[in-house]
Amino acid sequence: MTWPRKLYRFFGSSPLVMTGLVLLVVFVVVGVFAPWIAPKDPHLQSLTERLQPPLSEGYPLGTDALGRDVLSRLIYGSRISLIVGFAAVLLSAVIGIIIGLVSGYVGGWVDSLFMRVVDAWLAFPFLLLAIAIVAVLGRGLNNIIIALVITGWVLYARLVRGETLSLREREFVLSARGLGTNPISIMFKHILPNCMAPILVVATLEIGVVIVTEASLSFLGLGVAGAEPSWGAMLADGRAYLTRAWWLATTPGLAIFAVVLAVNIVGDGLRDALDPRDESLRREEVTP
Amino acid sequence: MLPVIVRRLGQTVLVLIGVSIIVFSLIHITPGDAVDVMFAGENVSVEQREAYRQQLGLDQPIVQQYFSYVAGALQGDLGTSIRRGTPVTEIIGSTIPATVELTLAALVVAIIIGVPVAIISALRQGSIWDRGGSVVALFGISMPSFWLGIMLILLLSITVSWFPASGRLGLEAGGLRQITGFLLIDAPLQGNWTALWSGLKHIALPALTLGAAITATLSRVLRSGLLEVKRQDYIDALRARGLHRPRVIRHMIRNALPAAVIVMGVRIGSLLGGAIVVEVVFGWPGLGRLVVDAIQNRDFPIVQGAVLVMALLFVAVNFLTDIIQAWLDPRIKLSGGASR
Repeated sequence: MTWPRKLYRFFGSSPLVMTGLVLLVVFVVVGVFAPWIAPKDPHLQSLTERLQPPLSEGYPLGTDALGRDVLSRLIYGSRISLIVGFAAVLLSAVIGIIIGLVSGYVGGWVDSLFMRVVDAWLAFPFLLLAIAIVAVLGRGLNNIIIALVITGWVLYARLVRGETLSLREREFVLSARGLGTNPISIMFKHILPNCMAPILVVATLEIGVVIVTEASLSFLGLGVAGAEPSWGAMLADGRAYLTRAWWLATTPGLAIFAVVLAVNIVGDGLRDALDPRDESLRREEVTP
Repeated sequence: MLPVIVRRLGQTVLVLIGVSIIVFSLIHITPGDAVDVMFAGENVSVEQREAYRQQLGLDQPIVQQYFSYVAGALQGDLGTSIRRGTPVTEIIGSTIPATVELTLAALVVAIIIGVPVAIISALRQGSIWDRGGSVVALFGISMPSFWLGIMLILLLSITVSWFPASGRLGLEAGGLRQITGFLLIDAPLQGNWTALWSGLKHIALPALTLGAAITATLSRVLRSGLLEVKRQDYIDALRARGLHRPRVIRHMIRNALPAAVIVMGVRIGSLLGGAIVVEVVFGWPGLGRLVVDAIQNRDFPIVQGAVLVMALLFVAVNFLTDIIQAWLDPRIKLSGGASR
């Protein structure tokens, strides 16, 4: 059975995975259509209505210290998580896949060199590396994505390189080579499609890791600069009002938790569907 | 055993060279001049900036800068803090015990909670306990630690004041002399039981927060290891010989342990990363908070030094894990180090 069919069969049969998938779709829809969904302007301040508790008149999730609507800020905040999550994972995957394919297929000193680089990279707790990179590059959306790509590509490179090493000795690759197919087309047309399943699993789980990392950076004051609401920054702001307004720190955390939970459920489901054996397709660090 | 250690040591040296290059490069990927970035918007004269450039060695050719950085680091000289004027090594040294203590405490939490959960889940596979355990583990893995920490503070420090919300020691403990720097060792050494009690209360919430994710991982990995072992013939043989259940379980754990140890070893590194956030949440005076403070003060020598030290700790832990693993399971031949 090919992997798209396995997926189709699997998702239909597991209510838990289905729930995770629905949650993820909701997250994406909310992020994309935020301006139409949000009841209020997330920047609109109303100093007479500061720190209103949830279920207040007109504010289902209450207001923050500047009287801004928490629900609308949460809805807009999902955009940062969404953009960072998908952009960072996509870019890291592309870079990692190319390096992994070349390293595994060409072999020799190229492979040794790349793998030593990977080893050195893995010597850093990745949150630390991301923090250090944002610290020197400066805050902002692009720099955060750059930091996450610099820390994230290694995972895919290692994975794809391992797969390539075993695939390159298989008959279909050998025969393609015998027919004089050029190496680039062997790598991308013959080897890559056969490593897609584990890549898909890792990439899905990585969306969760990346979202939490972005939230951690924002929480530490190294996030997206400016007034754009982000879940991590909302949490950090809410910390100062813990004794007076519990909802300010609680709600954005709950949003992050729900999205990451959904990603992990779907990722685990994908792994069970595509490769029930492999327990290793998980980043060493899940929640920083 | 010895050849294993020697080969692994060789790999470690290569990794350390890579680490030094990455850490060294940090200050050079700054957009613009590092000194100008550090003092952006501050009233520091051109001459002073030039002096800082010389102090940091930025006026020299880049290759020479790298070698003097490595030479300094090997002698324990990581430069001088721009803001405090004291040696970076000294500042970092004073924060390491707090971070190590917190990390070890998180590990203890993980073992105390994770091991029994794994045993119960594996012995009663498919039961309500097993499934409950899996769900809790999934929650533990998905919960961002800074949020968990804040929620614990909200519930256990603010709503009911059982635990202090921040710091490492309360005022009631009086003066505690530093001997090892590890508070939970220094206090009993001096017979200061108030300080020990206060220290334990202070470390409880941060350790629980930091330990949550790794607890979940440990229980999952150990559970699947135990299930694997449970099916083996020799376990049936032990049962058939009429061994008591606890002794059979002991045999199972002994055989499921190596896999769990590897995973835990790798995760200790992630604990070091996670400690950064947890230390900020709980105002814990460790290496992680030092990095974050230094970033806010744009004190690059401290940032660089702290990143290097954390990576060194991480590499050392990985090295030890591999050795322990080889010792626990003689069948394993080490190859390739971190890469599979």
